[in-house]
Amino acid sequence: MIIRFAGFGGQGIVVASYIVVKSAVYDGKRAIQNQAYGSESRGGESRGDVVIADEEIYELEPTSYDVLVALTQPAYETFIPLLKPGGTLILDKDLVVADKKLEPKRIKRHALAATDIAFKKFGRKIVANMIILGYMNALLHPVSQESLERAISETVPKGTEKMNLDAMHEGMRLAGEAK
Amino acid sequence: MRKPRTKPAAASKYQPVRPFTEEEFSRVRRVLGQKVLFVQGDAAVSYGALLAGCRFFAGYPITPATETSEILSQLLPRVGGVCIQMEDEIASVGAIIGASRAGAKSMTATSGPGFSLMQENIGYAAMTETPCVIVDVQRSGPSTGQPTEGAQGDIMQAKWGSHGDYELIALSPSTVQECLDLTIDAFNLSEIYSVPVILLTDGIIGHMREKVVLPEFEEVELVWRKAPTRPKDEFQPFFDDGSKIPETATFGTGYHTYITGLTHSDTGYPATDSQPEHHRLVSRLCAKIRDNRDKIIKVQKDYQDGAEENTIGIVSYGVTSRSVNSAVKLLRREGLNIDHLRIITNWPFPEKEVAELAGRAGRIVIPELNLGQVYHSVREAAAGQCDIVPMWKTGGEMHTPDEIIRVVKGNG
Repeated sequence: MIIRFAGFGGQGIVVASYIVVKSAVYDGKRAIQNQAYGSESRGGESRGDVVIADEEIYELEPTSYDVLVALTQPAYETFIPLLKPGGTLILDKDLVVADKKLEPKRIKRHALAATDIAFKKFGRKIVANMIILGYMNALLHPVSQESLERAISETVPKGTEKMNLDAMHEGMRLAGEAK
Repeated sequence: MRKPRTKPAAASKYQPVRPFTEEEFSRVRRVLGQKVLFVQGDAAVSYGALLAGCRFFAGYPITPATETSEILSQLLPRVGGVCIQMEDEIASVGAIIGASRAGAKSMTATSGPGFSLMQENIGYAAMTETPCVIVDVQRSGPSTGQPTEGAQGDIMQAKWGSHGDYELIALSPSTVQECLDLTIDAFNLSEIYSVPVILLTDGIIGHMREKVVLPEFEEVELVWRKAPTRPKDEFQPFFDDGSKIPETATFGTGYHTYITGLTHSDTGYPATDSQPEHHRLVSRLCAKIRDNRDKIIKVQKDYQDGAEENTIGIVSYGVTSRSVNSAVKLLRREGLNIDHLRIITNWPFPEKEVAELAGRAGRIVIPELNLGQVYHSVREAAAGQCDIVPMWKTGGEMHTPDEIIRVVKGNG
């Protein structure tokens, strides 16, 4: 499975991709994570790519994706043409206005208010990435739930584990509703 | 007035270079944590260095090599080592040469612009036969180029960057695991041949995260430089015992030690006006590597058994090998005969292996992230036995498997 997370610096894009791949490694899968970001630590373009496979991974810089997580309008517009037909698009509906003309055929679009929920429910916009991770994993199961929880606990700053895990579970709940 | 607090000099902490005990190795393993890690290539290089026994790092941070400095600044003090941020890259190589001579396995890490600055002192390390490891995380150049993007533009500079006649060793990893494994190899080779060894990673592999499995003590071979065997009053720092590799005495241990970049005799003292002395010295510097090429050179041959006449060869190295592996798989599925030679040791160049491939293949495709570097060595080694098809790409993106497939099929 090839996943691209895209947005701007400060949204936890690279961290989200890191967590998914770390979970995949814990699952015993082959996995790589790649990232690109501007020289600004916040506000610049940011993206994290994830490749998970059962076999050796040769293509380190994928040119098309099974899943696109878009958290800004420019990220959506730039990368939506690279989503494979039939692929899955997950976007923050308050930050991205989808344009069907740009989208490949038969894609499954999931729009959720991740940032808004993160702020209203957890008081921290930053955990929007965890809501997305929970939502995506409940929907597509790229990694096991156990490994995901372990990777999140190990990766987020000490003392924030519970908030991040709660946000991830909120994402899973939303996915359940969406189904 | 408060008395300034004085600290003992960093070098005084060092014991003369000596083999690691299992306990010391285990200490490094404990500091590194879990056996299976998920880390960037730059981190794997740092871990490889610590496991190989590196206890001195001096560097000037530069994207995409900065992580190595960062990690070693945290970890080296925890294993009794020293990490210094220098004022520039010229001083960085100077410092690791000094540290090596004071008895520590030492390393620096940089990227293209810094690697250019290091060239003079790399020549000094070659001339003085000082073991040390220089990591070059290649990025697009010339000059400052594209700091965050990967490239393979420093292959020729690694060999020819300093002036005069010398040989050194350069290795190209293609996975994050290999970043660790080849860093250990780099230290071993530098210790065996008393030569600077260049590890040529790149911005892609340096920043990419992948699974790494740390080795156990009994799984790794660690080599330490040849200690003096002759009595102190007879010892000469550049005496050739027939192996072409002199014994190395650590400064301050009572042996006569004198090193200079000037042409020198076995005593180490300058002999700049002697044509035979100079010729003998630089011939030995080159011969100690050239004569041992079969022991040094590592390649990976993925050849098809009983390949027919229409075999197509692909030569790759470093990160580009990953795209080539994918292309090879797809091409074979279509029934094409493909022989893939992956170069792990870029210098000394595996001429014999390339010549052998050229004898098997109708043509050789050579994809690289530059505008033609290893292409020239491949063409020279193939010596007209087959066509050489270059595939050049710059700008920070890898060749896609599709691009390689098109060129291999002759539709590029």
